[in-house]
Amino acid sequence: MTITSLRTEPSLEHLDALESQAIFILREVAAECERPVLLFSGGKDSAVLLHLAVKAFAPQRLPFPVMHVDTGQNFPEVLEFRDRTVERLGARLVVARVQDSIDQGRVLDPGQTGSRNRLQSVTLLDAIAEHGFDAAFGGARRDEDKARAKERILSFRNTFGQWDPRAQRPELWQLYQGRVNPGEHLRAFPLSDWTELDVWQYIERENMDLPSIYFAHRREVVRRDSMWLAVGPHVEPREGEVTEWRSVRFRTVGDANCTGAVESEADTLAAIVHEVAIANVSERGATRADDRFSETAMEDRKREGYF
Amino acid sequence: MPSATMDLLRLATIGSVDDGKSTLIGRLLVDTRQLFDDQLDAIAHASQKRGLGDLDLSFVTDGLRAEREQGITIDVAYRYAASPSRKFIIADCPGHVQYTRNMATGASSADLALVVVDVSHGLKEQTRRHLVIAALLGVRSLVVAVNKMDIVNWSSAAYQGVVDEVDTIAAELGFSEQRCVPISALYGDNVVEASSRSPWYDGPSVLGALEAADAGVWESTGPARLPIQWVLRQDGGGRTYAGMMSGGALRVGDAVSLLPAGLSATVRQIGSGSGAREVAVAGLSVDVALTEDTDAGRGDLLAAAPLPTVTRELSATICWFGESPLEPGQRLRLKHTTRTTPVRVLSLEGALDVSTLSIEPASELGTNEIGLARLLTGDALAVDDYRDNRVTGSFVLIDEVSNATVAAGMVGRASFLSREP
Repeated sequence: MTITSLRTEPSLEHLDALESQAIFILREVAAECERPVLLFSGGKDSAVLLHLAVKAFAPQRLPFPVMHVDTGQNFPEVLEFRDRTVERLGARLVVARVQDSIDQGRVLDPGQTGSRNRLQSVTLLDAIAEHGFDAAFGGARRDEDKARAKERILSFRNTFGQWDPRAQRPELWQLYQGRVNPGEHLRAFPLSDWTELDVWQYIERENMDLPSIYFAHRREVVRRDSMWLAVGPHVEPREGEVTEWRSVRFRTVGDANCTGAVESEADTLAAIVHEVAIANVSERGATRADDRFSETAMEDRKREGYF
Repeated sequence: MPSATMDLLRLATIGSVDDGKSTLIGRLLVDTRQLFDDQLDAIAHASQKRGLGDLDLSFVTDGLRAEREQGITIDVAYRYAASPSRKFIIADCPGHVQYTRNMATGASSADLALVVVDVSHGLKEQTRRHLVIAALLGVRSLVVAVNKMDIVNWSSAAYQGVVDEVDTIAAELGFSEQRCVPISALYGDNVVEASSRSPWYDGPSVLGALEAADAGVWESTGPARLPIQWVLRQDGGGRTYAGMMSGGALRVGDAVSLLPAGLSATVRQIGSGSGAREVAVAGLSVDVALTEDTDAGRGDLLAAAPLPTVTRELSATICWFGESPLEPGQRLRLKHTTRTTPVRVLSLEGALDVSTLSIEPASELGTNEIGLARLLTGDALAVDDYRDNRVTGSFVLIDEVSNATVAAGMVGRASFLSREP
């Protein structure tokens, strides 16, 4: 038997099944929990999640607010996308700022160029407590990372916001049960079973709006940690580094100072789908400095309350 | 019949600890080039750091620190793969008896179980337990990887010994299809490509068997069932009932009942994520408008004939995961489809002896034990037998204080449990 390229294009029926599963989870958690919130960063996964949430409750308005944990190190194109999307949908936006956590002395200031990625956990947990949210929808997928591959669709967090991978609740059939005691909460991941390719095929099928930096464009970049970083307010060339202009796009969107661009000419959704289908490097491996620190970087952050 | 999940196979690995489940999945993913270069590099680095050779294949799915330290699987890892003909969702389940609840989590949504057996040990008690649970959960077909053939020098007699054991228990438990493959997960023989070391075997490789197996057949049969999740108010007045189709197909114009109230109605319109449809199949999230103005809400069931049973008394098979035993008289919460209701255990009819498959009298059910119980619910439920419908026939039990999920429940009993205590 011959096995050729295995990341082939699944049929539309498969996307319908994934869409239906996600809508089912969104409705189930919204019905079972008192105060859910949808985490919306402006990235492609949370954009798909929000798109599905709108479908799940149409023609009614979203029965929960959306929340952005703002590190203050965003790409401006992503903030523009966030704001125009929220306005188009008439959704209620809550912004939780890492800068506020720094000002309140809850976390140490990593400095002008240091990563604020890990600090988000404190800001997120504080915001969940302040607003009394008992469930937070996230766009995380199990194919992204080996710790995420282990997580339930409804993931229980204790009163400290911690994930305990050794004591997860059984999750049988599609009987998602969202009961928590005061102070505890759930993370809900409706896109758990989606792959990166599924996400892009779905975006193409639905012809969704996205931040412009997902599409190939010419930009001034600098090579660092074997990634192309975009030169801008959050990344300045260090001594000895040479900036160049290249055609790049972003496969993931995180903080501007730790998210790398990939060289690409893909400037349409169809071209991006093709590029993702033949990629040799995972999206986080190609573009995230924050996952390179240790073997269990994601597990460690999740235990602390990360997305 | 059209199906939303036509080319998607959900499979779970089952079997005892150390028989090589995670290694097999790692081998399958590596040899079919499902892993990215950086993921392979990271696994190689982690293996070498622990002195485990160039590439410890089990690290493909054993991603937690504690799992890599101990060399065991603690919880299910989900992996995704695709071949030209179908897409796979793989749940790599733990083998330890202590983590049976996690194995049940992985197997509850599986169409097929990939059983891994160490040929030098034969079927262990824990493998039998997993096969029993898989059978109870309604898994119908098995692919049995008879592993570590290299240790027995590819002895066809040793292989045949395991095949005979598998055939016996598969017949007892009522699996509809089982396919054994002699393999070495460590060296890759018969995992993706046929091996020259087993000239006496002319069947498919593990991958070939997975590609040929039936996927998601049973969701599309039987009468239509739609548990209502949410009532959507429509512009200009009117309501639609939103939920996921579970079993059968629903068409515009179909006569339906709203249960447990027993109201009759007709389907006027079916909406979905991609607009209006004439027909909704199992696995699709839809919202349904009815011709009549009816009063129903979350927790109710929209059903076509033949109708489910409306009852407050359930006779059910229970897999108990609680830390303290389940006893008659105990009060819990029960979640069935989209309804949660208080429940009391009326009586325990017995516990299953996994080695003899007989039901023995029991005064309680311990952790990871399987038994038969009669339950009384606070609200009336519309239930099918689990073997007719995996959604309307299943429930979970929830601890009232901790809110933990402490049991998987199935309405009715599998035929191998039909002997009376």
